[in-house]
Amino acid sequence: MNYKQSQTAAYFFLAPAMSAIFVFFFIPVIAAFIMSFTDFDIYALGDLGSVRFIWFNNYIKLFDDPLFFTALKNTFYFVLIAAPLSIGVSLGAALLLNSKLVKYKAIFRLSYFIPVVTTLVAVAIVWRFIYHPKFGIINYILSLIGIAPIDWLGDTATAMPAIILMSVWKSFGYNMIIFIAGLQNIPEDLYEAASIEGASGWQKFKSITLPMLAPTTIFISLITMIGYFQFFAEPYIMTQGGPLNSTLSVVQYMYQEGFRWWNMGYSASIAFVFFFIIMIGTLIQLKIQKSTE
Amino acid sequence: MKLVPKIIQIVLLISLLISISCSKENKSEKVIKFWAMGAEAEYVTKLVPEFEKQNPGIKVKVQQVPWTAAQEKLVTAFASDNTPDACQLGNTWVPQFAALNAILPLDVFIKTSNQINKEKYFTGIWETNVLDNKTYGIPWYMDTRLMFYRKDVFEKAGYKNPPQTWVELLDLSKKIKTMYPKEEKYAIYLPTNEWAPFVMFGMEAGSSLLKDEDTRGNFSGREFKEAFKYSIDFHRFNLAPIGISQVTNVYQAFADEYFSIYISGPWNIPEFKKWMTGNLADKWMTAPMPSYSSNYPGVSLAGGSSLVIFKNSKHKKEVWKFFEYLSQAHTQIEFYKLLNNLPSVKEAWDNPIFRDDPYMQAFYTQFTNVRATPKIPEWEQIAFAKVQQYAELAARNSMDIDEALKNLDKDVDRILEKRRWIVEQKKIK
Repeated sequence: MNYKQSQTAAYFFLAPAMSAIFVFFFIPVIAAFIMSFTDFDIYALGDLGSVRFIWFNNYIKLFDDPLFFTALKNTFYFVLIAAPLSIGVSLGAALLLNSKLVKYKAIFRLSYFIPVVTTLVAVAIVWRFIYHPKFGIINYILSLIGIAPIDWLGDTATAMPAIILMSVWKSFGYNMIIFIAGLQNIPEDLYEAASIEGASGWQKFKSITLPMLAPTTIFISLITMIGYFQFFAEPYIMTQGGPLNSTLSVVQYMYQEGFRWWNMGYSASIAFVFFFIIMIGTLIQLKIQKSTE
Repeated sequence: MKLVPKIIQIVLLISLLISISCSKENKSEKVIKFWAMGAEAEYVTKLVPEFEKQNPGIKVKVQQVPWTAAQEKLVTAFASDNTPDACQLGNTWVPQFAALNAILPLDVFIKTSNQINKEKYFTGIWETNVLDNKTYGIPWYMDTRLMFYRKDVFEKAGYKNPPQTWVELLDLSKKIKTMYPKEEKYAIYLPTNEWAPFVMFGMEAGSSLLKDEDTRGNFSGREFKEAFKYSIDFHRFNLAPIGISQVTNVYQAFADEYFSIYISGPWNIPEFKKWMTGNLADKWMTAPMPSYSSNYPGVSLAGGSSLVIFKNSKHKKEVWKFFEYLSQAHTQIEFYKLLNNLPSVKEAWDNPIFRDDPYMQAFYTQFTNVRATPKIPEWEQIAFAKVQQYAELAARNSMDIDEALKNLDKDVDRILEKRRWIVEQKKIK
């Protein structure tokens, strides 16, 4: 079998996967990209003849749309607080579960991981009860120490922190498992050597654990950031973007424009602007991590 | 290669199975697929057996669609050619589906029907289904908004009867407010996340809301401005709570006299009955909207759900029979008993169940003056996204009224840009 033959064979084996990706990913993306230059809307669904090609008008309109910037601000607020928090919590949990002092590790690991496998919709509904101003358990506990009830999801100041808390609780288990795997890959003799040299626990953590975990951390922070940028279900179920649009996320705004008001063209342009923002965010993060290595 | 014949075998087997399962369906039996929303779907199934008994050969399959996702589901079904034969449609959605060219004008059926005709319905409600002189839906049940009020508080403030004019309503609200000099209590609840009262006041003052064949906002017009100022004044004079988060439970707040007037619809009657118990049970009542001039009652919204037939349906005649069945006064009263949905057929209102219900009198009066919001697909976006946004800005005094309405018109004009273009195209043709 010569090189050329083996190459055709490779293409042959790749074909099923590639054609699926092409049909279900590239074609829709290209279609959406074209759509973002049109005013495809509810009239167009009824009569395709009413679609107009409007060049960059959707994009120009977008940069003049205060609601888009509100959504963008909320999304960044969410990502910048929730992502580091989630990574920190999962690292902490991983360290605890990896320590030799903890017993019944499997039970803890399981209970931390259960929220990850639970449906987000179910979790969000349960948390809505937890946050309920009158019957919620959080306000009940606060009332025991004399704090007046807080309308967690109904107040513009507390709605976003409430959603962040829930998302971190929901997702930290996943990163924790990856961190545990990373921790278990660190050779034990490094720690032994450090102990012989008389290093303290903190020194060992700073000089051995963290650097050895760097590849894992890069992976986790990228995945978490991208995942959190797309946050949608939490506000969709818990607050519908309110109060006063204080939890409206970009993806939710896109959904509203597209599937509630049927401004598909406009909605597609939001998608592409947002795609570029995430891409730039990812590139910056990669760059920072490369330079620190 | 033994694999290929095997695959062919499997494919043949599957297609055989499918064809068997299809042919099982009785040819003479016609199945209507009917989509209904939320609780309506649950209860309409209880009305179906009677219909199937009266009409052998027709079966009705009801599918439940949740209200919150109904519109998306229906449009998606339309885009993928999977629409049911018929469905229930909130009457403000009728213009959207008519614009989509998805639903059938029903005039042909109405002309020959001795069961359904315009005279049997309240004009305002019927009109919500009429676009360009074509009737796209039959009112199924209806709702509107009016005042729920505290009788005892009104009496203490010196009003034996509910206010009949705007001037009286404002005067009463001020009197109620002075009754609680120390407590944080209000006269009326006009939350800015409910666009309806703001629009109702506007229509009552004579505003058309939109102008130029519904292609431009008319909110900064004199009439709407006057009404908007009137409704925002309740917030600015501290007669209504400004934020919406203080009131987490409307019924509880009403029971606590946190406010004494709330403009809402019939769906809240069971809720108020549930919360106003004990010595509060007879302390509340319903009243029609006050009027701007002497034309009592003031205008309110023509709400409710209509029955529509999709163009793709193969069983239009059978669906119509089902609609006729649902439009009988007797069936509608049954439905009311099940779900509290107000019957759209006037005849049903003669039943003692309505005549003897004190809360229903105001509704009957109100239905004589209800009007549809502009019948264009974009209206929902204008109302939910824009009217509420600027009402909130004005109520919080972050924008003065002239500026808020000017911006509202600007945003509305932007939303209606496509519609302007389409209307112009039609004229050229």
